[in-house]
Amino acid sequence: MAYKIKSAECTVCGACEAECPNIAIGFKKGTYVIDPAKCSECEGQFDSPQCASVCPADCCVPA
Amino acid sequence: MGNVIALDSILGLGELKAPAESTPVEASGCTTSSCGSSDGPADMDPAVWEKVKNHPCYSEEAHHYFARMHVAVAPACNIQCNYCNRKYDCSNESRPGVVSEKLTPDQAIRKILAVAQEIPQLSVIGIAGPGDSLAAGAKNTFATFEHLQKKAPDLKLCLSTNGLALPETVERIAQYNIDHVTITINMVDPEVGQHIYPWIFYKHKRWTGLDAAKILHEQQMLGLEMLTARGILVKVNSVMIPGINDAHLLDVNKAVKSRGAFLHNIMPLISDPAHGTHFGLTGQRGPSAQELKVVQDACEGGAKLMRHCRQCRADAVGLLGEDRGEEFTADKVEAMGEIHDDGDARRTYREHVESERAGRHASKEAAKAEVQETVGTQADPILIAVATKGGERINEHFGHAKEFQIYEVGPKGAKFVGHRRVDQYCEGGTGDGETLDTVLSAINDCAAVFVAKIGGCPSKSLEAAGIEPVDRFAFEYIEESALSYFKDYAERLGRGAVRSRAGQDAVIRTGALTARRA
Repeated sequence: MAYKIKSAECTVCGACEAECPNIAIGFKKGTYVIDPAKCSECEGQFDSPQCASVCPADCCVPA
Repeated sequence: MGNVIALDSILGLGELKAPAESTPVEASGCTTSSCGSSDGPADMDPAVWEKVKNHPCYSEEAHHYFARMHVAVAPACNIQCNYCNRKYDCSNESRPGVVSEKLTPDQAIRKILAVAQEIPQLSVIGIAGPGDSLAAGAKNTFATFEHLQKKAPDLKLCLSTNGLALPETVERIAQYNIDHVTITINMVDPEVGQHIYPWIFYKHKRWTGLDAAKILHEQQMLGLEMLTARGILVKVNSVMIPGINDAHLLDVNKAVKSRGAFLHNIMPLISDPAHGTHFGLTGQRGPSAQELKVVQDACEGGAKLMRHCRQCRADAVGLLGEDRGEEFTADKVEAMGEIHDDGDARRTYREHVESERAGRHASKEAAKAEVQETVGTQADPILIAVATKGGERINEHFGHAKEFQIYEVGPKGAKFVGHRRVDQYCEGGTGDGETLDTVLSAINDCAAVFVAKIGGCPSKSLEAAGIEPVDRFAFEYIEESALSYFKDYAERLGRGAVRSRAGQDAVIRTGALTARRA
């Protein structure tokens, strides 16, 4: 299980990158992407996925 | 590339007539209604004056002379406001939170030095987003300031924030010598706040409703207290939202004053469906010019009020009434090659401003005393619109003005009370008639408009609308001219030669600002 970023709606603010506890989010070719191999959906770490909680555009969603 | 304001428009033009008796005026007199906001060295702790005298956003006087620059290194935010939509950007748009190019700290340093080399009026570098300067660990914000301090130590550093992350960053703010911080505080009651903030992100959790507003409020108050306890000057920005927090802003003013805020800036809500904000889409309106002024006036006597804010973009460059950001896009900065900024031009310019300022206090007081002597102290004040491109002088052509500065003048003196934008770009209006209508509705509450020059046609339209066009003070200082005009106006009013414009209102334009100099 992992989250993904809907790039068409992303404002490229980078808030998700700063909050991700797994360093799963990186900046590639003008947009942020989640590495599904590193994403844990924050299970066991936080109450909710941090990227989705901080995203101003609500574009971090289950893959 | 020209200067922000042509130096020759300040130097040598319209030399001030020396007041007959330039007796120094007692600093403690406090004779004006604007006591505490007249913004000069006379009513301020010398240490504070030293900090703000060249900061255009903290001193009304300084904003006629000095330029600021925002670098957009902080795109992430930790709260959602109902007046903000981060997806929308038009490069001609002027709103906080709006930016066309995000920068890394390295790009920001290069851009700052490029601007510093071209614009000697530059005195302040601010980080105002486009998100929150302290969100996401404030990494980019502090990295930028750390480098800048080494490269151009004479430039003042400031940042603006919603305050949520303030308490945990105050130590570092002090460490980097950031001595100006702006906090946006729209409420001091979570009941009000829940209608402004749909959510916040705090301690790894998204909070909504009353909980969100309560946490934000507590963090803002704590952050404000921690900053002022360290002697850092704090300006509080409040967005006036009619029906939501307009009456509440008096409480905000009292609360921030009691916690040591230096300045309170009440700004009109910018609301347009095209911006895609919650308020824009739900038809929440912004205030009219007089509604804004009534709230600002009601707060006088509390925390010192700021009225010259232009609600600028997070990447704005130049004097407050204009934006030269387009001249310093990433491509253009890159193409400039090697940048040499030694700060000499800035030093020369600052010396020049110091010499301009010397003697102004006495000449303003002399002009005021003359009004009180001839008109008395009871006459109602009037509003005057002024076309200026800086230097506290009437030095802009009516047709070239992108905004008018509004002065209230009466027996208690002349003071800056606001500004009205009249630029047409992005509005679809092209004809001269439409342009003139925009101007008329923007300054409809004024008795006169002061210009360096004006054509015959607009003159007639203004007169027909009851606003007197005045060009006889071309290139003179604004405040002294306004007082001289008022003396004459009061005499004419007394014999029925002019009609009072009391009770008129004006429209606040919230569209695009593209006030670039021709």
